[in-house]
Amino acid sequence: MIHSLFLINSSGDIFLEKHWKSVVSRSVCDYFFEAQERATEAENVPPVIPTPHHYLLSVYRHKIFFVAVIQTEVPPLFVIEFLHRVVDTFQDYFGVCSEPVIKDNVVVVYEVLEEMLDNGFPLATESNILKELIKPPTILRTVVNTITGSTNVGDQLPTGQLSVVPWRRTGVKYTNNEAYFDVIEEIDAIIDKSGSTITAEIQGVIDACVKLTGMPDLTLSFMNPRLLDDVSFHPCVRFKRWESERILSFIPPDGNFRLLSYHVSAQNLVAIPVYVKHNISFRDSSSHGRFEITVGPKQTMGKTIEGVTVTSQMPKGVLNMSLTPSQGTHTFDPVTKMLSWDVGKINPQKLPSLKGTMSLQAGASKPDENPTINLQFKIQQLAISGLKVNRLDMYGEKYKPFKGIKYMTKAGKFQVRT
Amino acid sequence: MSSNSFSYNEQSGGGEATELGQEATSTISPSGAFGLFSSDLKKNEDLKQMLESNKDSAKLDAMKRIVGMIAKGKNASELFPAVVKNVASKNIEIKKLVYVYLVRYAEEQQDLALLSISTFQRALKDPNQLIRASALRVLSSIRVPIIVPIMMLAIKEASADLSPYVRKNAAHAIQKLYSLDPEQKEMLIEVIEKLLKDKSTLVAGSVVMAFEEVCPDRIDLIHKNYRKLCNLLVDVEEWGQVVIIHMLTRYARTQFVSPWKEGDELEDNGKNFYESDDDQKEKTDKRKKPYTMDPDHRLLIRNTKPLLQSRNAAVVMAVAQLYWHISPKSEAGIISKSLVRLLRSNREVQYIVLQNIATMSIQRKGMFEPYLKSFYVRSTDPTMIKTLKLEILTNLANEANISILLREFQTYVKSQDKQFAAATIQTIGRCATNILEVTDTCLNGLVCLLSNRDEIVVAESVVVIKKLLQMQPAQHGEIIKHMAKLLDSITVPVARASILWLIGENCERVPKIAPDVLRKMAKSFTSEDDLVKLQILNLGAKLYLTNSKQTKLLTQYILNLGKYDQNYDIRDRTRFIRQLIVPNEKSGALSKYAKKIFLAQKPAPLLESPFKDRDHFQLGTLSHTLNIKATGYLELSNWPEVAPDPSVRNVEVIELAKEWTPAGKAKQENSAKKLYSESEEEEDSSDSSSDSESESGSESVEQGESGEEGDSNEDSSEDSSSEQDSESERESGLENKRTAKRNSKAKGKSDSEDGEKENEKSKTSRSSNDESSSIEDSSSDSESESEPESESESRRVTKEKEKKTKQDRTPLTKDVSLLDLDDFNPVSTPVALPTPALSPSLMADLEGLNLSTSSSVISVSTPAFVPTKTHVLLHRMSGKGLAAHYFFPRQPCIFGDKMVSIQITLNNTTDRKIENIHIGEKKLPIGMKMHVFNPIDSLEPEGSITVSMGIDFCDSTQTASFQLCTKDDCFSVNIQPPVGELLLPVAMSEKDFKKEQGVLTGMNETSAVIIAAPQNFTPSVIFQKVVNVANVGAVPSGQDNVHRFAAKTVHSGSLMLVTVELKEGSTAQLIINTEKTVIGSVLLRELKPVLSQG
Repeated sequence: MIHSLFLINSSGDIFLEKHWKSVVSRSVCDYFFEAQERATEAENVPPVIPTPHHYLLSVYRHKIFFVAVIQTEVPPLFVIEFLHRVVDTFQDYFGVCSEPVIKDNVVVVYEVLEEMLDNGFPLATESNILKELIKPPTILRTVVNTITGSTNVGDQLPTGQLSVVPWRRTGVKYTNNEAYFDVIEEIDAIIDKSGSTITAEIQGVIDACVKLTGMPDLTLSFMNPRLLDDVSFHPCVRFKRWESERILSFIPPDGNFRLLSYHVSAQNLVAIPVYVKHNISFRDSSSHGRFEITVGPKQTMGKTIEGVTVTSQMPKGVLNMSLTPSQGTHTFDPVTKMLSWDVGKINPQKLPSLKGTMSLQAGASKPDENPTINLQFKIQQLAISGLKVNRLDMYGEKYKPFKGIKYMTKAGKFQVRT
Repeated sequence: MSSNSFSYNEQSGGGEATELGQEATSTISPSGAFGLFSSDLKKNEDLKQMLESNKDSAKLDAMKRIVGMIAKGKNASELFPAVVKNVASKNIEIKKLVYVYLVRYAEEQQDLALLSISTFQRALKDPNQLIRASALRVLSSIRVPIIVPIMMLAIKEASADLSPYVRKNAAHAIQKLYSLDPEQKEMLIEVIEKLLKDKSTLVAGSVVMAFEEVCPDRIDLIHKNYRKLCNLLVDVEEWGQVVIIHMLTRYARTQFVSPWKEGDELEDNGKNFYESDDDQKEKTDKRKKPYTMDPDHRLLIRNTKPLLQSRNAAVVMAVAQLYWHISPKSEAGIISKSLVRLLRSNREVQYIVLQNIATMSIQRKGMFEPYLKSFYVRSTDPTMIKTLKLEILTNLANEANISILLREFQTYVKSQDKQFAAATIQTIGRCATNILEVTDTCLNGLVCLLSNRDEIVVAESVVVIKKLLQMQPAQHGEIIKHMAKLLDSITVPVARASILWLIGENCERVPKIAPDVLRKMAKSFTSEDDLVKLQILNLGAKLYLTNSKQTKLLTQYILNLGKYDQNYDIRDRTRFIRQLIVPNEKSGALSKYAKKIFLAQKPAPLLESPFKDRDHFQLGTLSHTLNIKATGYLELSNWPEVAPDPSVRNVEVIELAKEWTPAGKAKQENSAKKLYSESEEEEDSSDSSSDSESESGSESVEQGESGEEGDSNEDSSEDSSSEQDSESERESGLENKRTAKRNSKAKGKSDSEDGEKENEKSKTSRSSNDESSSIEDSSSDSESESEPESESESRRVTKEKEKKTKQDRTPLTKDVSLLDLDDFNPVSTPVALPTPALSPSLMADLEGLNLSTSSSVISVSTPAFVPTKTHVLLHRMSGKGLAAHYFFPRQPCIFGDKMVSIQITLNNTTDRKIENIHIGEKKLPIGMKMHVFNPIDSLEPEGSITVSMGIDFCDSTQTASFQLCTKDDCFSVNIQPPVGELLLPVAMSEKDFKKEQGVLTGMNETSAVIIAAPQNFTPSVIFQKVVNVANVGAVPSGQDNVHRFAAKTVHSGSLMLVTVELKEGSTAQLIINTEKTVIGSVLLRELKPVLSQG
């Protein structure tokens, strides 16, 4: 399976290598660099690159390429999914996953990687298990370790590894028992020039932060489970129960985890909470263009739209823009031609707008396409699909946990074509 | 895989070459002793010193720095001797880092690496499973050929290890050894065969991986395990699932007949692009043929379905390809939703999934049509994703949606990403050829694009229009004229070449324009691209043949230019054309046919998807992604015409080992056999009907609601499948000394009981006689080991009948009502109670292992007998109607391994509800600990409930006092354990027993002489009496007159050895050897009267 792993930063340095079988020379990465050069942009580097003796499978996250070297047939998603899991684990361990952090914690990184794969086959990928095997570095622990000489490495096999509940460690204890669930929905939409919806769908997730003592068994039920068109679960969720009763029943992992992600299909009518009025025009003769956009609330169910940001990739011909926003701040990067406008809250009485002119490259023909506007926003206390959690019950433990549920709607890939 | 890696390394000259490469790329290379960079040398010196210091902290720092060097790819091999010394370090972190180092450099320093081997061999025997496992991991990762035999031995041993984690590592080690020495294949296959039989979900994925690497062709090894793998699949860890699903897909294609209706294939591959629901119906109609799916085939399809909901994209993809390749076509539709969901994932995942969808959408477009809009392109997608989405949109296009699609394409054409715009134009071309209704619309649209400002767009349009016109050239003279004008402005060679070719082909339709074009081209010939030059030559030739009057001179001029061109292709072409068209004396017969050759009717190109040819690769594989056969790719075979014998998958009942109880009890053996075969079947059925986890989960919730031990039951029932598995396996392999370490048996059993109980509940219409026996049944599992009490059983039955009137008959409380009886009848009636499964396998596992540090032979076994003598905790008179009884289920306690588990049955004899029953203040002697049961919300009148708790008695018979409280009252109660309950039975051999006994002599030995009638000295009576008093395990004895029993104390784990030696006459010697002399003598005091009694 996975032979070796190379971590490559954006400037093309290999700053970490790990081999699970015999050593593969790092010169194999030259093929990768070649492909990288051809692709010009990092995200266009093909995830699978064949070389004469190996295959390079890579993922690109946090400005780092994680390049896995394999030698024989293996489902590519297997490797890709695993690499993403590695990144997630690093993030979990160190808070952020960046080159300096990895370099600072190289020993822990190495120990973790050693546990995650054996002979290239995943061994322990559950963060709860890994954290028992290799404890994440904290300042306190570093201090304690230097004084007492104890180590970050556990000497017992984590109990989870053998049980059918591998995601939960045993002997969890909290003084405050709490379980929080965030229902977060993202609207993916493409709105066309005239403001009508071309496609819109809702992708939701329920992220949980569960800090409960012992082995609690939770059930979560919804007011309207039929809304969920397609779901994927954390392994802890009992599928049969969902099939038959549409109830989520599970023994949760300890800490933060994604309980489920769901999809509300495009067939359902999706309420679009914002609209964008735009007037962007390039005049053929002059070297100026007009630019005007206004953002306003549409179907918000009475909630405020917050955290609105508008970004747009302007055509190459645009040299500069002189714009005045009615609220918020805006920037235009003349090199990348990226316009971004941080709007903030939308006040329905006084709609935010951004107006001004664009100066175009003299002599160049006018761009034939208007830029696409990408929108970001947040609406607190609202799940746009109408999904509602009915109740959360706990069995198996006797204390009364504190329960909290939060709803939020966000823009996913929300694009307005102009 | 690894075999290749090996040979590859061989090619490159083994480790050395690799190392050279290493050094070449790393800038700092303190190579060998002659390091030129003295500073580096010095640095390493200082590391060496640190490693040789006797402070762990210094060593650890050094190791950390060395690992840092390895991570950066710097060479640290010269430190090998210094590092390897620390392999036996006590500090676990140092040890781990040394392992990391060893694995990295052992191949280069083989001789030195050998020094570490003995350490690993020792660690392989370590009682800690983590240490055993990591020793095996490192040992097998050291790629030194000399130790192959040692590795082989270690793998064999580890594959029989009790810990599934170690066995998992053994499965990994198989692959490593195979890549190191393929000669070992045969032996390794044996180990694989053995591990395939393993029922632990932990092992399954890894061993299948080993199977795929070592012997993927030995499909015969799978037969017997096929059903098991299908059933375990849901519980296997996600990575294992992927591997198993891929393997089972291949398996299914060799073992089952095709579920696809004949003609399906043709229809799909053929020109029928408009497959829709109607076709589906038609197919179902056709399906009248007598095809019945093999139940095993169905099992696989059914059991993989829930995995479509996995969070792991690789699992979803694996299931999708399984459905694609082996399910009936009508059922494959369910995968599309899940695949579309994956498109929300990361860029890389999207890329692979889209590729697979592209292949699928060619063959069965109906599957993805409803999700058309999910493939709409966003301006923020990376280009590779955009083009793949476009590909899929093209495949999905039909008359119904083409107008929407074309509108969408219009937006794409204007995209700032020109590469993508060009791809869109090609797409439009393909749609135009595929859907005849829109050909004209597309063509018009493309012609409009010809006036686009962007050259790439125009060029691409030209190329596509050329292809379209080729299909129906007659009507499009205008377009050709328009394009001829474009030659003045367009500079992209491909486009220019296309226009020239088009004019050449249609030169007779545009007689005025063609010669003019040639004239212009002749002027610019020298500055044109090679591609264009070739087409100019062609155009010249064609015009020469059709219109030689106007173009003869021009053509000759061009041919002359071509003759001296720099490019040999052009020179060749020139020479060829000249010979062919210009008549001279040397020209042969061919020139007569020149016109036919040049102006032949050319077939229109077929615009096809680049994914058309990928479908012969299994979906989801690397080969499919690359469209090249990757190393190690295993072909998916075609369906067999006739299915091979399906009976090969039948699993016969596993043979049982017979010596798990003392010899000379044939009756017991019988019942044991029956019992196991029962549970075996049951396991099968329960597995297939309900995939253990979710099922048992919901069940336990119910229990939780009714106030029982929600959590503990939960655990054990969830463990159940694997538990049971390991059990029967253990049964079969008991000859092996190390095996008998666990007492999982009883637990597994009580699980199956749970199921049985449920069955019981449903059977309400039974005669009373039947009923009581069915109750008997439900408890028979745990009882079977205490067979000799059959007379008392019958007694119980009669009693039961007597009490029947008082019995609460609601089926739900049936098993509890047994205890009700005892309530009225506090005399000890040895009723075997169903003991809820209480302990997660792990605890017992660890316990067994940890305890075995002192001697590997001590392992906790299951209680030979569970007496049902209940003790009054609270009499109903003093408890204001609340009665409580307790008894010792003789199970290892789940609340702590030093605790004795106790079951308390609470009865409400009042006529009102008793609420909030819980344990109040505890008055425990020092050191004693207690795990209380969860409060009971309410107890109905006449109701009863059983709860379990654990008390750590610290190996003393001191009383544990506590308060049992209800909402209104508190009652002080106490539990004083009989000494026999402070023990856990231990399985050991006679030899070990004697050895241990030899150690525990002198003051550790107490003895007494017993006098009793000879009929009381039959083996079965002695056995029964002893186990009735104390929870001890029998030791197989070679002598008829000596009976041995072994146990250990619960708290401290000290051995307790009981020997009953029959002497002449009616006397016997009772000897107890133990470190805990106090308990020993108490036990002696208790045993003596029991054995003497008649």
